[in-house]
Amino acid sequence: MTATTTTAAGPGNGTGGIIARGLTKRFGATLAVDGVDLTIPAGTVFGLLGPNGAGKTTIVNILATLVSPDDGQASVQGYDVATQAHQVRQLIGLAGQYASVDETLTGTENLVLIGRLTGASRGAAKDRARELLARFRLTDAAGRAVKTYSGGMRRRLDLAASLVSRPQVIFLDEPTTGLDPRSRNELWDIIRELVADGVTVLLTTQYLEEADQLAREIAVIDAGRVIAHGSSAQLKELTGASTLDEVFLTLTGHGIKEATETDDLEEVSA
Amino acid sequence: MNAMPVMTAPASPAAAPLPARVGPLRAVQQTCSLAWRTLVQVKHNPFELMDFSVQPIMFLLLFVYVFGGALGGSTHDYLQYVLAGIIVQNALFTTLNTATGLSTDLEKGFSSRLRALPIARFAPLAGRIVADVAKQAWAIALLFAVGTIMGFRVQTGPLAVLAAAGLVLVCTLAFAWILVWIGMLVASPEKVQIFGFVVLFPLTFTSGAFVPPGTMPGWLQAFSKANPVTLLAEATRGLLNGGPVAVPALESLLYAAGFIVVFAPLAVRAFRRRA
Repeated sequence: MTATTTTAAGPGNGTGGIIARGLTKRFGATLAVDGVDLTIPAGTVFGLLGPNGAGKTTIVNILATLVSPDDGQASVQGYDVATQAHQVRQLIGLAGQYASVDETLTGTENLVLIGRLTGASRGAAKDRARELLARFRLTDAAGRAVKTYSGGMRRRLDLAASLVSRPQVIFLDEPTTGLDPRSRNELWDIIRELVADGVTVLLTTQYLEEADQLAREIAVIDAGRVIAHGSSAQLKELTGASTLDEVFLTLTGHGIKEATETDDLEEVSA
Repeated sequence: MNAMPVMTAPASPAAAPLPARVGPLRAVQQTCSLAWRTLVQVKHNPFELMDFSVQPIMFLLLFVYVFGGALGGSTHDYLQYVLAGIIVQNALFTTLNTATGLSTDLEKGFSSRLRALPIARFAPLAGRIVADVAKQAWAIALLFAVGTIMGFRVQTGPLAVLAAAGLVLVCTLAFAWILVWIGMLVASPEKVQIFGFVVLFPLTFTSGAFVPPGTMPGWLQAFSKANPVTLLAEATRGLLNGGPVAVPALESLLYAAGFIVVFAPLAVRAFRRRA
């Protein structure tokens, strides 16, 4: 099933970061991910930029061991996501629009639960929860059920939940989609702090500004394929464009916003 | 927990191989943590306690005072017969909540978070089942108390009553895997309700839980006598009223073992495949 490639990753070869080669995933007749290659060095922020339905979430789900690829291979910190999924899960944190917290529990209870599940003692899990809640400015809301939280508070708790076990690699799937500008800026600051701690971050976003602000390297994804990749400056140089918006337009023939609107229309008519 | 040295540098995974699987003790601890998560919800929403208290009492009152005289000669005689049946019926119907709760977790994305954690694949499912079985113990005690107020009298002893409760809980725990499997296969909590009822309703009402199968047509009698609900109701009734226990109890436990062996792996497999 899985094709053997020359970049076979294993814990023995000391390959840090995230490596993907030829990742492919079909859902029925739809080719959601079409031969994606990625190399993300440890300790960097990498942005997957693309419109709704481009395949970004599927790529993240494959790397986070939630979905198995139909073809291709990927490793996280040298562990293969398909054959060493349990090891990979000990190293990663997942946050974003689809990984959520339990709305009926309080902020503290959510974080303590994850601490306990990842092997912390009751006391250590409570300490870690308190520490994270303070860091994410949620101490005042710690004892309230999450369903009373605002959108920005929920995303912060969600991100805190992904950090409970001190992961080396964090997947942020559209961490700021649907947030107001102030909450978005708050989250950006937190992500920058994470990177300063030496964590590897894979971020997906539909927002050009977000990729520009946070990611050292960007892969532009369209219809399941990487159509361009490099730093924000390199992409602008490559296409002769002055903004990432124009980069996208030049590469795909359609703008990001345009594609998003089309997707929304399809969802409405479906 | 694991043998990883504290000083391991994050950048060199080769230095300390991570454990490749979850140990059985850790898996049990994870199941308990996830069971706690479901039970602590009752603390935040005490109304939920009403939710699983009202329905069994309504069933008991309805069956005894509305149907009882017609079905059992007198309401008192019928109460003596049907209490065991209602305890079993209510326990099995509760497994529908288990499946609906898991389906809601899938829909809301909480399951994705759990599945990305280094935990046993069955823990989210087993945790929910264990929590709901604990709630079930409450419902059994409640039915027993209300039944006693209505005039039910135990013909055996306290140990037999405890054995009856234990048997019902063990069998429910096993039976829940069928509903959980259905819950993993269908897309939404609403569909879980529909498909769950399609399984639970006929199974319960063609059993000997409410009436002895003796008056059913031959083909249905044959089905009813092999129905696991009939066997469990018979064993429970035997433990409360006196009468044959060993054979139906053993057959119930065999069914329970079969349900776990067949449906637990199917449910976990379906859970793994849900994105």
